[in-house]
Amino acid sequence: MPFLKFLYNPKNELESGGRAVAPIQADDNEPEKECPNCHKSIPISRIWANMNTCSCGYHFRMSARQRISFIADKGSFEELFSDVTSNDPLKFDGYANKLETVRAASNENEAVICGYASIGKTRCCLFVMEPNFMMGSMGSAVGERITRLFELATEKRLPVVGYTVSGGARMQEGLISLMQMAKTSGAVKRHSDAGLLYLTVLTDPTTGGVTASFAMEGDIILAEPDATIGFAGARVIEQTTRKTLPKGFQKAEFLLEHGFVDAIAPRRYQRSLVAMLLKMHCGGDEL
Amino acid sequence: MSGEAYEKVKKARSAGRYTGIDFIKGIFNHFFELHGDRRFADDSAIIGGVAYLDTTPVTVIAIEKGHNARERMQRLFGAPNPEGYRKALRLMKQAEKFKRPVICFIDTSGAYCGIGAEERGQGLAIAENLSEMMTLNTPVISVLIGEGGSGGALALAVADRVYMLENAVYSVISPEGCASILWKDSSKASEAADCLKLTAHDALELGVIEDVISEDNMDQPEFFAELRDRLLSEIRTLRADKQLLDHRYERFRAFGRSE
Ligand SMILES: [Zn+2]
Repeated sequence: MPFLKFLYNPKNELESGGRAVAPIQADDNEPEKECPNCHKSIPISRIWANMNTCSCGYHFRMSARQRISFIADKGSFEELFSDVTSNDPLKFDGYANKLETVRAASNENEAVICGYASIGKTRCCLFVMEPNFMMGSMGSAVGERITRLFELATEKRLPVVGYTVSGGARMQEGLISLMQMAKTSGAVKRHSDAGLLYLTVLTDPTTGGVTASFAMEGDIILAEPDATIGFAGARVIEQTTRKTLPKGFQKAEFLLEHGFVDAIAPRRYQRSLVAMLLKMHCGGDEL
Repeated sequence: MSGEAYEKVKKARSAGRYTGIDFIKGIFNHFFELHGDRRFADDSAIIGGVAYLDTTPVTVIAIEKGHNARERMQRLFGAPNPEGYRKALRLMKQAEKFKRPVICFIDTSGAYCGIGAEERGQGLAIAENLSEMMTLNTPVISVLIGEGGSGGALALAVADRVYMLENAVYSVISPEGCASILWKDSSKASEAADCLKLTAHDALELGVIEDVISEDNMDQPEFFAELRDRLLSEIRTLRADKQLLDHRYERFRAFGRSE
Protein backbone atom coordinates (compact mmCIF):
# COMPACT_ATOMS: atom_id res chain seq x y z
CA MET A 1 0.00 0.00 0.00
CA PRO A 2 2.39 2.69 -1.14
CA PHE A 3 -0.18 5.48 -1.07
CA LEU A 4 -1.20 5.14 2.53
CA LYS A 5 1.90 6.69 3.99
CA PHE A 6 1.45 9.71 1.81
CA LEU A 7 -2.18 9.99 2.80
CA TYR A 8 -1.39 9.96 6.46
CA ASN A 9 0.91 12.91 6.13
CA PRO A 10 -1.72 15.54 5.49
CA LYS A 11 -0.55 18.24 3.13
CA ASN A 12 -2.77 20.97 4.39
CA GLU A 13 -5.00 22.06 7.19
CA LEU A 14 -8.07 20.58 5.56
CA GLU A 15 -6.67 17.10 5.30
CA SER A 16 -5.47 17.14 8.87
CA GLY A 17 -8.76 18.41 10.24
CA GLY A 18 -10.00 15.02 11.35
CA ARG A 19 -10.67 13.53 14.71
CA ALA A 20 -7.72 12.71 16.88
CA VAL A 21 -6.87 9.04 17.24
CA ALA A 22 -7.72 7.97 20.75
CA PRO A 23 -4.79 6.56 22.72
CA ILE A 24 -6.23 3.60 24.54
CA GLN A 25 -4.44 1.52 27.11
CA ALA A 26 -5.27 -2.10 26.48
CA ASP A 27 -5.12 -4.75 29.17
CA ASP A 28 -2.84 -7.70 28.57
CA ASN A 29 -5.44 -10.43 28.15
CA GLU A 30 -7.47 -8.72 25.52
CA PRO A 31 -8.08 -10.55 22.23
CA GLU A 32 -5.97 -9.26 19.38
CA LYS A 33 -6.30 -9.14 15.64
CA GLU A 34 -3.49 -9.21 13.15
CA CYS A 35 -3.30 -6.35 10.67
CA PRO A 36 -3.04 -7.82 7.16
CA ASN A 37 -0.86 -4.89 6.10
CA CYS A 38 1.80 -4.45 8.81
CA HIS A 39 1.22 -7.84 10.48
CA LYS A 40 1.20 -6.31 13.95
CA SER A 41 -1.19 -7.77 16.48
CA ILE A 42 -3.51 -5.10 17.77
CA PRO A 43 -5.93 -5.29 20.71
CA ILE A 44 -9.54 -5.28 19.45
CA SER A 45 -10.46 -2.30 21.63
CA ARG A 46 -7.72 -0.22 20.05
CA ILE A 47 -8.91 -1.09 16.54
CA TRP A 48 -12.41 -0.07 17.52
CA ALA A 49 -11.31 3.15 19.13
CA ASN A 50 -9.48 4.04 15.94
CA MET A 51 -12.57 3.58 13.78
CA ASN A 52 -11.46 0.11 12.72
CA THR A 53 -8.13 1.22 11.39
CA CYS A 54 -4.58 0.18 12.22
CA SER A 55 -1.92 2.75 13.06
CA CYS A 56 -0.22 1.82 9.76
CA GLY A 57 -3.28 3.14 7.96
CA TYR A 58 -4.94 -0.15 7.13
CA HIS A 59 -8.75 0.06 7.10
CA PHE A 60 -10.56 -2.98 8.44
CA ARG A 61 -14.10 -3.61 7.25
CA MET A 62 -16.81 -2.11 9.35
CA SER A 63 -20.43 -2.95 10.10
CA ALA A 64 -23.09 -0.50 8.99
CA ARG A 65 -24.18 0.34 12.55
CA GLN A 66 -20.61 1.07 13.56
CA ARG A 67 -20.20 3.40 10.59
CA ILE A 68 -23.41 5.21 11.38
CA SER A 69 -22.22 5.76 14.92
CA PHE A 70 -19.06 7.42 13.72
CA ILE A 71 -20.43 9.42 10.78
CA ALA A 72 -23.78 10.70 12.10
CA ASP A 73 -24.09 13.36 14.80
CA LYS A 74 -24.75 11.74 18.14
CA GLY A 75 -28.39 10.73 18.51
CA SER A 76 -29.37 12.12 15.12
CA PHE A 77 -29.88 8.87 13.22
CA GLU A 78 -33.48 7.90 12.69
CA GLU A 79 -33.82 4.58 10.86
CA LEU A 80 -36.30 4.20 8.00
CA PHE A 81 -37.74 1.33 5.98
CA SER A 82 -36.37 -1.40 8.25
CA ASP A 83 -39.60 -3.30 7.58
CA VAL A 84 -38.73 -3.65 3.87
CA THR A 85 -37.37 -7.16 3.42
CA SER A 86 -36.96 -9.65 0.59
CA ASN A 87 -39.93 -11.79 -0.34
CA ASP A 88 -37.76 -14.27 -2.26
CA PRO A 89 -39.31 -13.34 -5.64
CA LEU A 90 -37.98 -16.37 -7.53
CA LYS A 91 -38.48 -18.86 -4.69
CA PHE A 92 -34.82 -19.64 -5.34
CA ASP A 93 -33.62 -22.98 -4.00
CA GLY A 94 -32.17 -22.55 -0.50
CA TYR A 95 -32.42 -18.74 -0.45
CA ALA A 96 -35.08 -18.51 2.26
CA ASN A 97 -32.90 -20.58 4.60
CA LYS A 98 -29.84 -18.58 3.69
CA LEU A 99 -31.65 -15.35 4.56
CA GLU A 100 -32.67 -16.75 7.92
CA THR A 101 -29.12 -17.81 8.75
CA VAL A 102 -27.65 -14.48 7.68
CA ARG A 103 -30.24 -12.52 9.64
CA ALA A 104 -29.43 -14.43 12.78
CA ALA A 105 -25.67 -14.10 12.31
CA SER A 106 -25.59 -10.43 11.35
CA ASN A 107 -28.41 -9.18 13.53
CA GLU A 108 -29.62 -7.19 10.52
CA ASN A 109 -32.52 -7.97 8.24
CA GLU A 110 -31.06 -6.61 5.01
CA ALA A 111 -27.82 -5.42 3.42
CA VAL A 112 -28.43 -1.69 3.75
CA ILE A 113 -29.50 0.58 6.58
CA CYS A 114 -31.26 3.83 5.67
CA GLY A 115 -32.46 6.81 7.64
CA TYR A 116 -32.41 10.48 8.44
CA ALA A 117 -29.22 11.79 10.00
CA SER A 118 -27.32 14.96 10.69
CA ILE A 119 -23.65 15.18 9.83
CA GLY A 120 -21.93 18.24 11.25
CA LYS A 121 -25.41 19.61 11.90
CA THR A 122 -26.49 19.33 8.26
CA ARG A 123 -29.62 17.25 7.89
CA CYS A 124 -29.42 14.53 5.25
CA CYS A 125 -30.65 11.12 4.20
CA LEU A 126 -28.03 8.47 4.90
CA PHE A 127 -27.61 4.93 3.65
CA VAL A 128 -24.90 2.58 4.75
CA MET A 129 -24.47 -0.88 3.25
CA GLU A 130 -23.72 -3.88 5.44
CA PRO A 131 -20.79 -6.16 4.55
CA ASN A 132 -21.94 -8.77 7.05
CA PHE A 133 -25.19 -9.33 5.20
CA MET A 134 -24.42 -11.42 2.09
CA MET A 135 -21.55 -9.02 1.38
CA GLY A 136 -23.88 -6.12 0.73
CA SER A 137 -25.44 -7.76 -2.29
CA MET A 138 -28.34 -5.88 -3.88
CA GLY A 139 -31.66 -7.64 -4.02
CA SER A 140 -35.16 -6.22 -4.12
CA ALA A 141 -35.10 -5.01 -0.50
CA VAL A 142 -31.81 -3.14 -0.89
CA GLY A 143 -33.06 -1.60 -4.12
CA GLU A 144 -36.40 -0.68 -2.57
CA ARG A 145 -34.86 0.90 0.54
CA ILE A 146 -32.40 2.96 -1.49
CA THR A 147 -35.07 4.00 -4.00
CA ARG A 148 -37.41 5.05 -1.22
CA LEU A 149 -34.62 7.00 0.47
CA PHE A 150 -33.90 8.96 -2.72
CA GLU A 151 -37.61 9.58 -3.31
CA LEU A 152 -37.96 10.83 0.26
CA ALA A 153 -34.86 13.01 -0.04
CA THR A 154 -36.21 14.50 -3.28
CA GLU A 155 -39.53 15.26 -1.62
CA LYS A 156 -37.92 16.76 1.50
CA ARG A 157 -35.18 18.44 -0.53
CA LEU A 158 -32.38 16.80 1.43
CA PRO A 159 -28.92 15.70 0.32
CA VAL A 160 -28.08 11.98 0.34
CA VAL A 161 -24.88 10.53 1.76
CA GLY A 162 -24.27 6.89 0.90
CA TYR A 163 -21.65 4.36 1.99
CA THR A 164 -21.33 1.48 -0.44
CA VAL A 165 -19.95 -1.98 0.12
CA SER A 166 -21.20 -4.72 -2.16
CA GLY A 167 -20.29 -7.88 -3.99
CA GLY A 168 -22.86 -6.89 -6.63
CA ALA A 169 -26.34 -8.04 -7.48
CA ARG A 170 -27.98 -10.75 -5.38
CA MET A 171 -28.16 -13.64 -7.81
CA GLN A 172 -30.81 -15.47 -5.79
CA GLU A 173 -33.22 -12.74 -6.85
CA GLY A 174 -32.32 -13.08 -10.53
CA LEU A 175 -33.87 -10.54 -12.88
CA ILE A 176 -35.65 -8.77 -10.04
CA SER A 177 -32.25 -8.01 -8.56
CA LEU A 178 -30.94 -6.85 -11.96
CA MET A 179 -33.92 -4.49 -12.29
CA GLN A 180 -32.90 -2.79 -9.03
CA MET A 181 -29.96 -1.27 -10.89
CA ALA A 182 -32.35 0.59 -13.20
CA LYS A 183 -34.80 1.37 -10.42
CA THR A 184 -32.23 2.92 -8.07
CA SER A 185 -30.60 4.79 -10.96
CA GLY A 186 -33.95 6.30 -11.84
CA ALA A 187 -34.49 7.53 -8.29
CA VAL A 188 -30.95 8.94 -8.10
CA LYS A 189 -31.52 10.75 -11.41
CA ARG A 190 -34.72 12.39 -10.18
CA HIS A 191 -32.96 13.50 -7.00
CA SER A 192 -30.11 14.90 -9.08
CA ASP A 193 -32.44 16.66 -11.52
CA ALA A 194 -34.05 18.34 -8.49
CA GLY A 195 -30.69 20.02 -7.86
CA LEU A 196 -29.80 18.03 -4.77
CA LEU A 197 -26.45 16.71 -3.61
CA TYR A 198 -25.58 13.02 -3.58
CA LEU A 199 -22.26 12.10 -2.03
CA THR A 200 -20.94 8.55 -2.04
CA VAL A 201 -18.16 6.98 -0.05
CA LEU A 202 -16.99 3.78 -1.72
CA THR A 203 -15.64 1.24 0.73
CA ASP A 204 -14.05 -2.17 0.37
CA PRO A 205 -15.33 -3.88 -1.74
CA THR A 206 -17.69 -2.04 -4.09
CA THR A 207 -18.19 -4.15 -7.20
CA GLY A 208 -20.59 -5.45 -9.85
CA GLY A 209 -24.13 -4.15 -10.08
CA VAL A 210 -23.70 -1.60 -7.32
CA THR A 211 -20.65 -0.07 -9.02
CA ALA A 212 -22.63 -0.10 -12.27
CA SER A 213 -25.48 1.85 -10.69
CA PHE A 214 -25.86 4.10 -7.68
CA ALA A 215 -22.27 3.86 -6.35
CA MET A 216 -20.88 5.72 -9.37
CA GLU A 217 -23.75 8.18 -9.74
CA GLY A 218 -22.73 10.57 -6.96
CA ASP A 219 -21.99 14.26 -7.54
CA ILE A 220 -18.99 13.72 -5.32
CA ILE A 221 -17.40 10.30 -5.00
CA LEU A 222 -14.98 9.59 -2.16
CA ALA A 223 -13.23 6.28 -1.58
CA GLU A 224 -11.58 4.71 1.43
CA PRO A 225 -7.84 3.99 1.09
CA ASP A 226 -7.02 0.69 -0.59
CA ALA A 227 -10.69 -0.20 -1.16
CA THR A 228 -11.34 -2.54 -4.09
CA ILE A 229 -13.71 -0.83 -6.52
CA GLY A 230 -14.61 -2.22 -9.90
CA PHE A 231 -17.17 -3.78 -12.16
CA ALA A 232 -15.81 -7.22 -13.03
CA GLY A 233 -14.02 -9.33 -10.44
CA ALA A 234 -10.22 -9.28 -10.64
CA ARG A 235 -9.99 -13.08 -10.74
CA VAL A 236 -12.51 -13.29 -13.57
CA ILE A 237 -10.54 -10.69 -15.54
CA GLU A 238 -7.32 -12.60 -14.99
CA GLN A 239 -8.91 -15.86 -16.13
CA THR A 240 -10.61 -14.34 -19.18
CA THR A 241 -7.70 -12.25 -20.45
CA ARG A 242 -4.82 -14.43 -19.18
CA LYS A 243 -2.96 -11.24 -18.41
CA THR A 244 -1.21 -10.22 -15.23
CA LEU A 245 -3.14 -7.44 -13.59
CA PRO A 246 -1.26 -4.18 -13.01
CA LYS A 247 -0.18 -3.39 -9.47
CA GLY A 248 -2.92 -1.82 -7.41
CA PHE A 249 -5.54 -2.76 -10.03
CA GLN A 250 -9.08 -1.72 -8.98
CA LYS A 251 -7.83 -0.13 -5.78
CA ALA A 252 -9.18 3.25 -4.72
CA GLU A 253 -5.88 4.91 -5.67
CA PHE A 254 -6.09 3.31 -9.14
CA LEU A 255 -9.57 4.79 -9.58
CA LEU A 256 -8.36 8.21 -8.46
CA GLU A 257 -5.53 8.03 -10.95
CA HIS A 258 -7.94 7.08 -13.77
CA GLY A 259 -10.35 9.84 -12.89
CA PHE A 260 -13.26 7.92 -11.37
CA VAL A 261 -13.23 9.17 -7.79
CA ASP A 262 -12.79 12.70 -6.47
CA ALA A 263 -10.63 11.93 -3.46
CA ILE A 264 -9.38 9.24 -1.14
CA ALA A 265 -10.87 9.83 2.28
CA PRO A 266 -9.17 8.04 5.15
CA ARG A 267 -11.64 7.23 7.88
CA ARG A 268 -10.24 9.61 10.46
CA TYR A 269 -10.86 12.61 8.19
CA GLN A 270 -14.09 11.35 6.69
CA ARG A 271 -16.59 12.81 9.08
CA SER A 272 -15.20 16.33 8.96
CA LEU A 273 -14.78 16.13 5.20
CA VAL A 274 -18.35 14.94 4.59
CA ALA A 275 -19.65 17.55 7.04
CA MET A 276 -17.78 20.31 5.24
CA LEU A 277 -18.96 19.22 1.79
CA LEU A 278 -22.55 18.95 2.99
CA LYS A 279 -22.36 22.42 4.48
CA MET A 280 -20.82 23.83 1.34
CA HIS A 281 -23.72 22.49 -0.74
CA CYS A 282 -26.59 22.99 1.67
CA GLY A 283 -25.56 25.67 4.13
CA GLY A 284 -25.89 28.81 2.01
CA ASP A 285 -23.21 31.52 1.86
CA GLU A 286 -22.13 31.47 5.45
CA LEU A 287 -18.95 29.71 6.46
CA MET B 1 -39.03 -28.37 -16.48
CA SER B 2 -35.58 -29.59 -15.48
CA GLY B 3 -32.98 -28.85 -18.12
CA GLU B 4 -35.35 -26.85 -20.30
CA ALA B 5 -33.97 -23.49 -19.23
CA TYR B 6 -30.42 -24.54 -20.01
CA GLU B 7 -31.51 -25.73 -23.46
CA LYS B 8 -32.70 -22.16 -24.05
CA VAL B 9 -29.33 -20.84 -22.88
CA LYS B 10 -27.61 -23.07 -25.44
CA LYS B 11 -29.99 -21.95 -28.19
CA ALA B 12 -29.50 -18.30 -27.26
CA ARG B 13 -25.75 -18.77 -27.60
CA SER B 14 -25.80 -20.95 -30.70
CA ALA B 15 -23.74 -19.88 -33.70
CA GLY B 16 -26.45 -20.15 -36.34
CA ARG B 17 -28.66 -17.52 -34.74
CA TYR B 18 -29.48 -14.17 -36.27
CA THR B 19 -27.20 -11.48 -34.90
CA GLY B 20 -27.82 -7.76 -34.46
CA ILE B 21 -26.79 -7.01 -38.06
CA ASP B 22 -29.39 -9.46 -39.40
CA PHE B 23 -32.12 -7.65 -37.49
CA ILE B 24 -30.95 -4.27 -38.78
CA LYS B 25 -30.92 -5.58 -42.37
CA GLY B 26 -34.21 -7.37 -42.01
CA ILE B 27 -36.24 -4.58 -40.45
CA PHE B 28 -34.87 -1.18 -41.52
CA ASN B 29 -34.11 0.72 -44.71
CA HIS B 30 -31.19 3.03 -45.46
CA PHE B 31 -29.29 2.17 -42.29
CA PHE B 32 -26.28 4.43 -41.95
CA GLU B 33 -23.77 3.48 -39.29
CA LEU B 34 -22.40 6.17 -36.97
CA HIS B 35 -19.10 5.37 -35.30
CA GLY B 36 -17.33 6.24 -32.10
CA ASP B 37 -17.99 7.61 -28.64
CA ARG B 38 -16.16 10.93 -29.35
CA ARG B 39 -14.04 10.28 -26.26
CA PHE B 40 -11.83 7.29 -26.76
CA ALA B 41 -12.65 4.84 -29.52
CA ASP B 42 -15.20 3.07 -31.66
CA ASP B 43 -16.34 -0.13 -29.98
CA SER B 44 -16.84 -2.92 -32.47
CA ALA B 45 -19.25 -4.88 -30.27
CA ILE B 46 -21.92 -2.20 -30.56
CA ILE B 47 -23.28 -1.00 -33.88
CA GLY B 48 -25.33 2.16 -33.99
CA GLY B 49 -26.80 4.43 -36.59
CA VAL B 50 -29.78 6.05 -38.21
CA ALA B 51 -32.32 4.31 -40.42
CA TYR B 52 -35.89 4.33 -41.61
CA LEU B 53 -38.42 2.10 -39.96
CA ASP B 54 -40.90 2.01 -42.81
CA THR B 55 -41.06 5.80 -43.32
CA THR B 56 -40.09 6.85 -39.79
CA PRO B 57 -36.48 7.93 -39.07
CA VAL B 58 -35.17 6.06 -36.03
CA THR B 59 -31.94 5.48 -34.15
CA VAL B 60 -30.89 1.83 -34.10
CA ILE B 61 -28.38 0.35 -31.66
CA ALA B 62 -27.37 -3.30 -31.70
CA ILE B 63 -24.88 -5.47 -29.90
CA GLU B 64 -23.21 -7.57 -32.56
CA LYS B 65 -21.60 -10.93 -31.83
CA GLY B 66 -20.51 -11.80 -35.38
CA HIS B 67 -21.42 -14.84 -37.49
CA ASN B 68 -18.13 -16.71 -37.76
CA ALA B 69 -14.88 -17.06 -35.83
CA ARG B 70 -13.22 -14.12 -37.55
CA GLU B 71 -16.17 -11.80 -37.04
CA ARG B 72 -16.60 -12.93 -33.47
CA MET B 73 -13.01 -12.05 -32.67
CA GLN B 74 -13.41 -8.68 -34.33
CA ARG B 75 -16.67 -8.02 -32.44
CA LEU B 76 -15.17 -9.12 -29.11
CA PHE B 77 -17.87 -11.82 -28.97
CA GLY B 78 -20.45 -9.11 -28.43
CA ALA B 79 -19.00 -7.96 -25.13
CA PRO B 80 -18.98 -4.15 -25.21
CA ASN B 81 -16.27 -2.00 -23.69
CA PRO B 82 -17.16 1.27 -21.92
CA GLU B 83 -16.74 3.15 -25.21
CA GLY B 84 -19.50 0.98 -26.68
CA TYR B 85 -21.97 2.04 -24.00
CA ARG B 86 -20.80 5.64 -24.39
CA LYS B 87 -21.33 5.48 -28.14
CA ALA B 88 -24.81 4.10 -27.53
CA LEU B 89 -25.56 6.93 -25.13
CA ARG B 90 -24.26 9.52 -27.57
CA LEU B 91 -26.57 8.17 -30.25
CA MET B 92 -29.51 8.06 -27.86
CA LYS B 93 -28.96 11.70 -26.91
CA GLN B 94 -28.80 12.50 -30.59
CA ALA B 95 -32.08 10.64 -31.11
CA GLU B 96 -33.66 12.71 -28.33
CA LYS B 97 -32.47 15.91 -29.96
CA PHE B 98 -33.95 14.99 -33.33
CA LYS B 99 -37.06 13.40 -31.81
CA ARG B 100 -36.30 9.97 -33.19
CA PRO B 101 -37.37 6.84 -31.36
CA VAL B 102 -34.58 4.49 -30.24
CA ILE B 103 -34.62 0.77 -30.96
CA CYS B 104 -32.01 -1.50 -29.33
CA PHE B 105 -31.16 -5.11 -30.12
CA ILE B 106 -29.38 -6.91 -27.32
CA ASP B 107 -27.21 -9.99 -27.55
CA THR B 108 -24.33 -10.20 -25.10
CA SER B 109 -22.94 -12.54 -22.49
CA GLY B 110 -22.11 -9.37 -20.56
CA ALA B 111 -20.04 -6.21 -20.61
CA TYR B 112 -16.40 -6.82 -21.60
CA CYS B 113 -14.31 -8.11 -18.79
CA GLY B 114 -10.79 -6.71 -19.09
CA ILE B 115 -8.10 -4.45 -17.72
CA GLY B 116 -8.78 -1.63 -20.16
CA ALA B 117 -12.52 -1.85 -19.56
CA GLU B 118 -11.96 -1.26 -15.85
CA GLU B 119 -9.42 1.50 -16.49
CA ARG B 120 -11.96 3.31 -18.61
CA GLY B 121 -14.78 2.87 -16.12
CA GLN B 122 -17.02 0.01 -17.21
CA GLY B 123 -19.17 0.40 -14.08
CA LEU B 124 -19.62 4.13 -14.61
CA ALA B 125 -20.42 3.69 -18.31
CA ILE B 126 -23.25 1.28 -17.49
CA ALA B 127 -24.48 3.42 -14.58
CA GLU B 128 -24.63 6.49 -16.81
CA ASN B 129 -26.69 4.66 -19.42
CA LEU B 130 -29.13 3.47 -16.76
CA SER B 131 -29.74 6.93 -15.36
CA GLU B 132 -29.69 8.80 -18.67
CA MET B 133 -32.01 6.33 -20.39
CA MET B 134 -34.47 6.75 -17.55
CA THR B 135 -34.99 10.38 -18.56
CA LEU B 136 -34.33 10.15 -22.30
CA ASN B 137 -37.24 12.08 -23.74
CA THR B 138 -38.06 9.89 -26.72
CA PRO B 139 -39.60 6.41 -27.01
CA VAL B 140 -37.17 3.53 -26.41
CA ILE B 141 -37.85 -0.09 -27.36
CA SER B 142 -35.39 -2.89 -26.61
CA VAL B 143 -35.46 -6.39 -28.04
CA LEU B 144 -33.40 -9.20 -26.53
CA ILE B 145 -32.48 -11.40 -29.48
CA GLY B 146 -30.02 -13.85 -27.89
CA GLU B 147 -28.16 -13.53 -24.62
CA GLY B 148 -29.13 -10.84 -22.15
CA GLY B 149 -26.14 -10.87 -19.84
CA SER B 150 -26.63 -8.83 -16.69
CA GLY B 151 -25.74 -5.13 -16.45
CA GLY B 152 -24.12 -5.25 -19.86
CA ALA B 153 -27.54 -6.00 -21.37
CA LEU B 154 -29.57 -3.78 -19.04
CA ALA B 155 -27.41 -0.81 -20.12
CA LEU B 156 -29.40 -0.87 -23.38
CA ALA B 157 -32.70 -2.02 -21.93
CA VAL B 158 -34.00 0.81 -19.76
CA ALA B 159 -36.84 1.08 -22.24
CA ASP B 160 -40.58 1.72 -22.49
CA ARG B 161 -41.09 -1.69 -24.05
CA VAL B 162 -38.82 -4.69 -23.73
CA TYR B 163 -39.35 -7.82 -25.83
CA MET B 164 -37.58 -11.14 -25.90
CA LEU B 165 -37.31 -13.69 -28.63
CA GLU B 166 -38.66 -17.07 -27.64
CA ASN B 167 -35.18 -18.55 -27.24
CA ALA B 168 -33.45 -15.51 -25.83
CA VAL B 169 -32.38 -15.49 -22.18
CA TYR B 170 -32.02 -12.63 -19.69
CA SER B 171 -30.15 -13.10 -16.46
CA VAL B 172 -28.30 -11.34 -13.68
CA ILE B 173 -25.46 -13.88 -13.92
CA SER B 174 -24.55 -16.72 -16.27
CA PRO B 175 -25.83 -20.09 -15.05
CA GLU B 176 -22.21 -21.33 -15.01
CA GLY B 177 -21.14 -18.39 -12.83
CA CYS B 178 -24.10 -18.86 -10.53
CA ALA B 179 -23.40 -22.59 -10.12
CA SER B 180 -19.73 -22.06 -9.38
CA ILE B 181 -20.45 -19.40 -6.75
CA LEU B 182 -23.36 -21.17 -5.07
CA TRP B 183 -22.31 -24.79 -5.32
CA LYS B 184 -18.61 -24.46 -6.28
CA ASP B 185 -19.46 -26.54 -9.33
CA SER B 186 -19.91 -24.94 -12.74
CA SER B 187 -21.17 -28.25 -14.18
CA LYS B 188 -24.41 -27.65 -12.30
CA ALA B 189 -25.21 -24.84 -14.74
CA SER B 190 -28.41 -26.54 -15.82
CA GLU B 191 -29.80 -26.53 -12.25
CA ALA B 192 -28.73 -22.92 -11.87
CA ALA B 193 -30.49 -22.00 -15.12
CA ASP B 194 -33.73 -23.40 -13.72
CA CYS B 195 -33.34 -21.47 -10.46
CA LEU B 196 -32.48 -18.18 -12.17
CA LYS B 197 -35.78 -17.94 -14.12
CA LEU B 198 -33.97 -16.61 -17.16
CA THR B 199 -36.17 -17.71 -20.08
CA ALA B 200 -38.41 -15.37 -22.03
CA HIS B 201 -41.50 -16.90 -20.45
CA ASP B 202 -40.05 -16.46 -16.96
CA ALA B 203 -39.20 -12.84 -17.73
CA LEU B 204 -42.75 -12.29 -18.98
CA GLU B 205 -44.16 -13.82 -15.82
CA LEU B 206 -41.93 -11.60 -13.67
CA GLY B 207 -43.13 -8.55 -15.62
CA VAL B 208 -39.60 -7.77 -16.82
CA ILE B 209 -40.71 -7.85 -20.49
CA GLU B 210 -43.90 -6.94 -22.32
CA ASP B 211 -44.05 -9.87 -24.71
CA VAL B 212 -42.34 -12.96 -26.10
CA ILE B 213 -41.64 -12.96 -29.85
CA SER B 214 -42.25 -16.33 -31.45
CA GLU B 215 -39.41 -17.84 -33.49
CA ASP B 216 -41.75 -20.15 -35.44
CA ASN B 217 -41.24 -18.55 -38.83
CA MET B 218 -37.85 -17.06 -38.17
CA ASP B 219 -36.52 -18.20 -41.55
CA GLN B 220 -39.43 -16.59 -43.43
CA PRO B 221 -39.53 -12.97 -44.59
CA GLU B 222 -42.72 -12.47 -42.53
CA PHE B 223 -40.69 -12.73 -39.36
CA PHE B 224 -39.00 -9.39 -39.86
CA ALA B 225 -42.09 -7.85 -41.46
CA GLU B 226 -44.16 -8.71 -38.39
CA LEU B 227 -41.51 -7.36 -36.07
CA ARG B 228 -41.40 -4.14 -38.11
CA ASP B 229 -45.16 -3.75 -37.83
CA ARG B 230 -45.06 -4.32 -34.12
CA LEU B 231 -42.30 -1.73 -33.61
CA LEU B 232 -44.21 0.79 -35.72
CA SER B 233 -47.42 0.35 -33.82
CA GLU B 234 -45.69 0.55 -30.42
CA ILE B 235 -43.84 3.70 -31.46
CA ARG B 236 -47.16 5.25 -32.43
CA THR B 237 -48.58 4.43 -29.00
CA LEU B 238 -45.49 5.68 -27.15
CA ARG B 239 -45.32 8.91 -29.12
CA ALA B 240 -48.89 9.69 -28.08
CA ASP B 241 -48.05 9.13 -24.40
CA LYS B 242 -47.85 12.50 -22.67
CA GLN B 243 -46.38 10.94 -19.53
CA LEU B 244 -43.84 8.74 -21.26
CA LEU B 245 -41.06 9.33 -18.71
CA ASP B 246 -43.30 8.86 -15.69
CA HIS B 247 -44.47 5.58 -17.14
CA ARG B 248 -40.91 4.49 -17.82
CA TYR B 249 -39.93 5.33 -14.25
CA GLU B 250 -42.93 3.41 -12.92
CA ARG B 251 -42.18 0.46 -15.17
CA PHE B 252 -38.88 -0.08 -13.32
CA ARG B 253 -40.04 1.29 -9.99
CA ALA B 254 -42.50 -1.60 -9.73
CA PHE B 255 -39.86 -4.34 -9.37
CA GLY B 256 -39.67 -5.32 -5.74
CA ARG B 257 -41.93 -2.47 -4.66
CA SER B 258 -43.34 -2.61 -1.18
CA GLU B 259 -45.70 -0.09 0.35
ZN1 LIG C 1 -1.32 -2.29 10.28
